[in-house]
Amino acid sequence: MNIDLQPNIDKELIPILDEVADPEIPVLTVLDLGVIREAIMKDGKVLIKLTPTYSGCPAMDVIGDDLKAAFKKNKMEAEVELVLSPAWTTDWMSENGKRKMEEYGIAAPLDETADKEALLGNKRIVKCTNCGSTNTKLVSQFGSTACKALFQCEDCQEPFDYFKCLK
Amino acid sequence: MKNQDLYNYILGIADNSLILGQRLGELCGHGPNLETDIALTNIALDLFGQTRSYYQYAARIAGDGKTEDDVAMLRVERDYKNVLLVEQPNTHFGHVIARQYLFDVFHLLLMTELQNSKDETLAAVARKGIKEVSYHQRFSGDWLKRLGDGTEESRTKMQEAIDHFWPYTAELFDTTESDQKMIKSGIGVDVSLLKESYYKEVTETLEEATLDVPENPYFKKGGKQGIHTEHMGFLLTELQYMQRTYPNMSW
Ligand SMILES: [Zn+2]
Repeated sequence: MNIDLQPNIDKELIPILDEVADPEIPVLTVLDLGVIREAIMKDGKVLIKLTPTYSGCPAMDVIGDDLKAAFKKNKMEAEVELVLSPAWTTDWMSENGKRKMEEYGIAAPLDETADKEALLGNKRIVKCTNCGSTNTKLVSQFGSTACKALFQCEDCQEPFDYFKCLK
Repeated sequence: MKNQDLYNYILGIADNSLILGQRLGELCGHGPNLETDIALTNIALDLFGQTRSYYQYAARIAGDGKTEDDVAMLRVERDYKNVLLVEQPNTHFGHVIARQYLFDVFHLLLMTELQNSKDETLAAVARKGIKEVSYHQRFSGDWLKRLGDGTEESRTKMQEAIDHFWPYTAELFDTTESDQKMIKSGIGVDVSLLKESYYKEVTETLEEATLDVPENPYFKKGGKQGIHTEHMGFLLTELQYMQRTYPNMSW
C-alpha cells in the first residue's frame, strides 16, 4: 500500500473507534472498513476525517453520528468531516475485516481483474459463503446495498451478497 | 456571487444526476422484477450521492448560509439546468433503459475527463463516481442488448424507445456561456469533444442489440437554458413537496 495513504490515527483513540460498527454490516468496525482517514486530538477535540465507500452510501451519516456519540460517552467531543479525496478503495479494508465479513455471509471483494471477470459473468470465482464452492453465478450486479452484488451458489443453492471491488 | 460561472457549471452537471435519480426513484417497488427494482434504486442512490457532493460545493460557493437542500429543492423550474433527456417520464421499462443507457455513456465519458479538472473538488467527485457510473452503463447496456436482441415484442419496444429518446441526445454536447468560461480556465470539460466517442460507442451497442441507429435530422434542446418540457413541472412538484410544505425540515 502506498505509504501516504496510510491513515493518520492517534493510538489512544483506537479503542474508541473500534467500538463503532458499520450499521449495515455490524460485524465490521469503521477501522476494519478503512473509512477513517484521520483521527487526531487537537485543542481538546477529536478531529475525524471520514471517507464514504460509495457516493450515496446512507450509512455515512449514521457512522458520523455514531462516532460523535462514542466519543461523547468517553467525555470527548468529536468533529467529523467527510472527505472525498483520495477516493476509498476496497484495498483499505483490513484482512481481519474481510475474514469477519465472510463469516457473516458476505463474500469479500476479489482483486480488480478477478472482480471484473466475476461481475461480467465470465468466470466462476466468487466463493459461496455457505459451502465454499466456486460454482456460483451472478444474479445481479446490484445487491441489497450499493456496494454489493447478488450471487447464487449452484451447488448448495444459497443466495449471497458479494462485496464489489472498488478501486 | 463571486463565482457565478463555476456555480452554474456545477449545477449543469449536478442537476442531471438529481433529476434522473428522481425518475429512477419513482420506480422503487415498481421494477419488473426484484433484482431490477433493486438495481434501479441503487443507481438512483449513486446519482443522489454524487449530486449531494456537487450541491454541497455549490452551496459553499453561493454563500449566505445556503445549504445543499436549498440548492437541490428550492429553485424554480427555470433555474434547473438539466438536459431534457433525464426529465422524460418512465413510460415503460424499455424507455427506462433507453434513457439510462443514452445518459450513462455520456456520463462515463464526462466523469473520465472531469477527473483531470483543475478544480480539486470536482475532480474528487468524479474520481469517486467513475466506478459507480461504469456499473450503471454495464447494467443499462446489458438490458439494451437483451431486449433488442430478444423477442419480436421486446425488440419493437426497445427500438421505439431508442427512436423516442434519440432527438434528446444532441443537447448533451452543447455548452453554455458559463461552461465555455470554465473550459477556458481548465475546470470544465469541453463536452463538444465527447460527441464522436459517444456516438461510436452507442452505435456499436445498438448494432450488437440488432437495433437500427435512428437517422434523425432534428433535435430537441432547451434544458441547459432552463427551458424544460411539460414533464418537468410535475416532477419538481413531487421532488419539492416536503421542503415547500415544511420549510427547513430535516430527516
Ligand atoms: Zn454453496
